[in-house]
Amino acid sequence: MDINYTPEERAFRDEVRGFLKDKLPADISRKVKEHKRLGKEDTVRWQKILNEQGWLALHWPKEHGGTGWSPIQKHIFEEECAEAGAPTVLPFGVNMVAPVIIKFGTQEQKDYYLPRILRSDDWWCQGYSEPGAGSDLAGLKTRAVREGDHYIVNGQKTWTTLGQHANMIFCLVRTDPDAKKQEGISFLLIDMEKSEGITVRPLITLDGEHEVNEVFFDNVKVPVENLVGEENKGWTCAKYLLTFERTGIAGVGSSKAALAHLKQVAREQTVNGKPLIEEPHFRARLADVEMELMSLEMTNLRTVAAAEAGGVPGAESSFLKIMGTELRQEITDLFRRAAGPHALPFLPEELAGDFEGPYVGPEFAASVASRYFNFRKLSIFGGSNEIQKNIISKMILGL
Amino acid sequence: MDFKLSDEQRMLEETVGRLVRDTYTFDARNKILESEQGFSTDMWNQFAELGLLGVPFSEEAGGFNGGGPELMVVAEGFGRGLVVEPYLATVVLSGTLIDKLGNDAQKEQWVSAIIGGETRFALAAYEPRGRYDHTVVETSAKKDGDGYVINGEKAVVLHGDSADQLVVIARTGGDSDARDGLSAFIVDANADGVSRKGYATIDGLHAAEITLSNVKVGADALLGEEGKAIDALEASLDLALITLCAEAAGAMEVACDQTLDYIKERQQFGVPIGKFQALQHRMVEMRMELEKVRSITMLAACSLDAPADLRKKRISAAKAQVGKSGRKVAEEAIQLFGGMGMMEETAVSHYAKRIVMIDHWFGDREYHLGILETLIDVDDHAA
Repeated sequence: MDINYTPEERAFRDEVRGFLKDKLPADISRKVKEHKRLGKEDTVRWQKILNEQGWLALHWPKEHGGTGWSPIQKHIFEEECAEAGAPTVLPFGVNMVAPVIIKFGTQEQKDYYLPRILRSDDWWCQGYSEPGAGSDLAGLKTRAVREGDHYIVNGQKTWTTLGQHANMIFCLVRTDPDAKKQEGISFLLIDMEKSEGITVRPLITLDGEHEVNEVFFDNVKVPVENLVGEENKGWTCAKYLLTFERTGIAGVGSSKAALAHLKQVAREQTVNGKPLIEEPHFRARLADVEMELMSLEMTNLRTVAAAEAGGVPGAESSFLKIMGTELRQEITDLFRRAAGPHALPFLPEELAGDFEGPYVGPEFAASVASRYFNFRKLSIFGGSNEIQKNIISKMILGL
Repeated sequence: MDFKLSDEQRMLEETVGRLVRDTYTFDARNKILESEQGFSTDMWNQFAELGLLGVPFSEEAGGFNGGGPELMVVAEGFGRGLVVEPYLATVVLSGTLIDKLGNDAQKEQWVSAIIGGETRFALAAYEPRGRYDHTVVETSAKKDGDGYVINGEKAVVLHGDSADQLVVIARTGGDSDARDGLSAFIVDANADGVSRKGYATIDGLHAAEITLSNVKVGADALLGEEGKAIDALEASLDLALITLCAEAAGAMEVACDQTLDYIKERQQFGVPIGKFQALQHRMVEMRMELEKVRSITMLAACSLDAPADLRKKRISAAKAQVGKSGRKVAEEAIQLFGGMGMMEETAVSHYAKRIVMIDHWFGDREYHLGILETLIDVDDHAA
């Protein structure tokens, strides 16, 4: 038993660090670290830099232009990226639809879409949830009816993250309304730019931000060659996508970076003339978070090591999702407290990447309350934490 | 990075596992608890025969040369069976302290006697006023000719009631809570001036309040240099904390397993109660807390060679997590068992008691979070 990285793993980490030091644009990492709004162009610029290095497609096999990395290498890479303040890669293309295309797609689909994803030619979004199908995803109603060489799609998707920038959407649609719930679903790729009948409407979240959308389909014609896998077998693709190996699901790197920033802030803020970090109640909560983070990190590493040894992290990643999101939310709560009364001013303009001040309160305080509310989403999306518990109950506990 | 056990560690795990499974049944343990001594000498002799009493000692001394992971493996196995024999007191606390501080003659005499199972020890360190702080020592050892005279009181000395010998921490210099000036002495538990009030603890162990009045010991009773025992004492306490965390992990695992079995079996409203989502989610949370404890215990057990601050940070974090997660698992186990969880005849109630009370040995959650608070700036890169 040895919890330390091997010399090879350490060398790899140094290589990643060197790359991030040289290639991560300072203006982008500043926005990430200061919790400013990131634009589409920031994400695309970073993805192109990663692709040039061959490090964009973390989870793809080498033959398709992926890294072919081991679970430990992916873990190290994600940790280092979080610490350096690299933006999150848009997951919908490279980490979600691409693995499905690689596993279930035709040769034509692979040849067409995969290089476009690597080059960031397309901005993908996800058409899964519907107003009536959230945790009960298989209850989706968006209909696709085959007419000659096309499907005609009608219905509505919602919670479409960053769909306002997207030109492509992958959708779960119902192709057989008479089959059992999971059996009449198909997986369709839909061009949002070229198709007629698609309307994207913004949904403004409680922090005042435009991050998610609803997407309406009104007699949208989709060529049959955009079907991935077999008709009515889309649920297989959906499940594959949802359980696709996600080494980063625990968000350890992001929580570590946030905790380090929180400590920094707590050293600078004062309470009764003393640094906040010395205030007993705050410090006790900080210590508790530190402890939980150490436990989470080791649990994550155990799962990564098991994957490295050939085990498939299945339902275990549900533990990581719950633990990781609860901890991340706790940190946003502490940030809010660290700001004190200056958590109150609600000035969305202070979160713009080019805002130069002056700030109403301390600079860090500008985003804390918004982020606290925004991060309530962590325990809701990607399968709510209650759904994760159902998965563990069934798959691990046999209940 | 590698979380697999080595072949030797796996052998150790199997040895302890077999012993606990085959001989340390719930009924057998209940009989041991009823005995006046509170543990089984037969069992102790088996530990000796299997080499378990030598785990942390060097091969030259006849030991297994084990470190943190080896102690962890043994203690997890003990935790699964709620083993009550004085392993922690004799081997981990006293034995490793003698091994670190003692001269060749002392080691030859006492470490061999420990490994062979002939002598049982207790560490008399904590005092009534000090709670969990081992540096608060008012017990004094004053020079008396070639030897020393020891006076003072020791509180809740683990297995102090049955020990043949004591390692007494006494002050030979410094203020009552100074780190300097602490010395360790070997004292015959039946020596003149030693009075012991023994009792059972609520988690199935035994302990004693010990008063030392004018206890005379020779110069050969002193372990190591006078006034310089603190580092070795803390090293032994660190091993004890790792052992306790691992024991908690083993006990929590069984509490989770027994609870899961129970909710699959117990029928209400015509179905097993495990079909109810409210209970399923509680069961999942128990397992999640167990995983945290397993993980952070591994981290602590693998950190003995880390720089002192980082080692302390990780070990205190582990003990604090055991306090927090252990309480959750124990309380939920009783809750999910319902009325049966309240019964002495139900094994899970014994697990719950041990898991909760582990928090009271060698520093509870608040105490160790307090230590962690002082180390909050120590950089912790797991690997």
